[in-house]
Amino acid sequence: MNMVQALNSAMDVMLERDPNVVVFGEDVGYFGGVFRCTEGLQKKYGEHRVFDTPIAEGGIVATAIGMGANGLRPVVEIQFADYIYPAFDQIVSELARLRYRSGGQYWSPITIRSPCGGGIRGGQTHSQSPEAIFAHVCGLKTVMPSTPFDAKGLLIAAIEADDPIIFLEPKRLYNGPFEGDPKQPAVGWNTHPAGEVPDGHYTIPIGKANTVRTGSDLTILAYGTMVHVAGAAAQQTGVNAEIIDIRTIAPLDVDTIAASVCRTGRCVIVHEATRFGGYGGELSAIVQEECFWNLEAPILRVCGWDTPYPHAQEWDYFPGPQRVAKAIRQVMGC
Amino acid sequence: MATKLHIPHAPFRPGDKPDFSNIKLPKAGELRRPPTRIHANETRDLSFSMIRVLDGDHRAVGEWDPHLDAETLRQGLRHMLLNRVFDDRMYKMQRQGKISFYMRATGEEAVAVAQCMALRPGDMLFPSYRQQGLLIVRGIRLVDMMCQCLSNSRDNLQGRQLPVLYSFKDVNFFTLSGNLGTQFPQAVGWAMAAEYKGTSDVAVSWIGEGSSAEADFHYGLTFASVYRAPVVLNVVNNQWAISTYQNVAGGDQNPFAARAIGYGIPGLRVDGNDFLAVFAATSWAAERARQGAGPTLIELYTYRAAPHSTSDDPGRYRPLDEWQYWPLGDPIDRLKKHMIARGEWSEEQHAELEKELTDHVLASWKEAESYGTLNEGPWPPVSAMFEDVYKDVPPHLIKQKRELLE
Repeated sequence: MNMVQALNSAMDVMLERDPNVVVFGEDVGYFGGVFRCTEGLQKKYGEHRVFDTPIAEGGIVATAIGMGANGLRPVVEIQFADYIYPAFDQIVSELARLRYRSGGQYWSPITIRSPCGGGIRGGQTHSQSPEAIFAHVCGLKTVMPSTPFDAKGLLIAAIEADDPIIFLEPKRLYNGPFEGDPKQPAVGWNTHPAGEVPDGHYTIPIGKANTVRTGSDLTILAYGTMVHVAGAAAQQTGVNAEIIDIRTIAPLDVDTIAASVCRTGRCVIVHEATRFGGYGGELSAIVQEECFWNLEAPILRVCGWDTPYPHAQEWDYFPGPQRVAKAIRQVMGC
Repeated sequence: MATKLHIPHAPFRPGDKPDFSNIKLPKAGELRRPPTRIHANETRDLSFSMIRVLDGDHRAVGEWDPHLDAETLRQGLRHMLLNRVFDDRMYKMQRQGKISFYMRATGEEAVAVAQCMALRPGDMLFPSYRQQGLLIVRGIRLVDMMCQCLSNSRDNLQGRQLPVLYSFKDVNFFTLSGNLGTQFPQAVGWAMAAEYKGTSDVAVSWIGEGSSAEADFHYGLTFASVYRAPVVLNVVNNQWAISTYQNVAGGDQNPFAARAIGYGIPGLRVDGNDFLAVFAATSWAAERARQGAGPTLIELYTYRAAPHSTSDDPGRYRPLDEWQYWPLGDPIDRLKKHMIARGEWSEEQHAELEKELTDHVLASWKEAESYGTLNEGPWPPVSAMFEDVYKDVPPHLIKQKRELLE
């Protein structure tokens, strides 16, 4: 399966298993979503369980909160992560805080799915990576898969979770892995081992990182599209790098990261989002706190520049394998 | 500077003598009570005029008279009076430094009390602040409300919330937010789920006329209209949003109730200080929702006699005696006079009730205070700070809790 099919399969499995699961958002019903993630679900489960909404992200999340408080388990789609901001108050002040402020009386087990990231010529309003904004909000869990296999397992875990989940889908990975060079011909998930996705129910635990490549020279921390870019960069440099796919942005699997960096003594952090105040800063601080006496070199970050996501200059903005390779060499002192 | 922009002004500011003779009030009993399965467009008169039942002679007149029995009226009066006595006590306690903050509902008690009495216990309440009357009607003990305000060892919210931001799930009262308006579309979602589950429960929400400018108001009405959700949406128009008059939210153009029509939702504008009118309009809307006929928007026209909160000083922006000139009077006084006119009540009984409720509030306060105060404790345990952020406490919070407690 590609990632779109894997996500579709996760929702299919959960709609089948739990009558309280409902799926809604802009264009997700009849049409099946602009990226086709909900294709066929309305036909299969009926328009009372899978339906179209008005173009009102704040309204989508707000109504989902009310439904969740009344026993449903809504899975909502925000068509692009760039459009999530109108819902910000409902997510931050309401969804993330219900359980706490009500002394445990109310909660809303919502999964908010949203395609994020660049590499699709989407310009600034279809390419952003807002994960750090949500990682900063206590009460939310934020997830970003990098393969179809993980996407399905994590989405099922998210739907089953009683905490609100921001589920960010790197849209450049929907149809195939992407190593960061747009000049290379696109490849599908059919030749990638993580494109092997079981039909039925399985979960991948939220809160656990995944070591996708073991190595002894340095640790690369990445997630989403950058996991594949980091792999290509490591290949290019010939450095024996360990690559950790963070997978759950928050709460973070500190143990896996700390164990790796303490062993390798070197760390490069890669993300698409802007650098200043970004998630890489938090990762860097944690690595420094946990691994300072084992570090052999400064921790480096490779990120999007601190500008809005550009259109024509996309590939100069995107932290591609050349920039990651440069950071690897710098940290290795070669 | 010449400009075509209109900057709205409050009609009266400190030093002015209030005169509300420009407010056009229809006679009580004048408006028809249509069947509940009505199209929005047929509610023009009901949303632009005002539903009133109590007339100048304190009689209940017209089609909207809910014909409540004497016992129900006594209950309503008791609840409203308790709301006011409770509020006054809490206000004083804030002034004495016993609680950090409070918000009184003075002058608008009929909104929460009459509306809640017109609903069923299974109906879900998504309140704004100033609707403590809902909790009184649903039988929450004053001691429990006071303990929340005191953030003491018996606070059901573990000391996490500002006073009055209550949550009482046992009586279907949703957790109150300090962010205004957010509850409005949430109520619509709750109602959609109720319909999905096949129950006959209705969701009810309240928003201030000031907060009706928030996008959440539009979300709520749009989703309620699109899916015809069983929900009653209320705008409490108490004229003042802290220091800004209702015209800063656009209330001088068309009534807030009339906005419903554009959404294809019936709008009812109600004399919010007329207990019977509020009860009747709410019953109509709840019945409509229960029949599957869809949502209703009700504007409750009232006046915020109290300061916005204990942190507010209304003397800086409005005449302090403005309420005395308010043409719709005091909801408690009006119901009392109606009951006296019906021969169901007397000044003596009223004085006796007031004394009984004052004693009850005082005794409740003493009990609540014995469980602790914000300044002196005992408080909920410090460790409670780390709980309920998530369903299970994640590793980083376990670590932070340890760091604090060590």
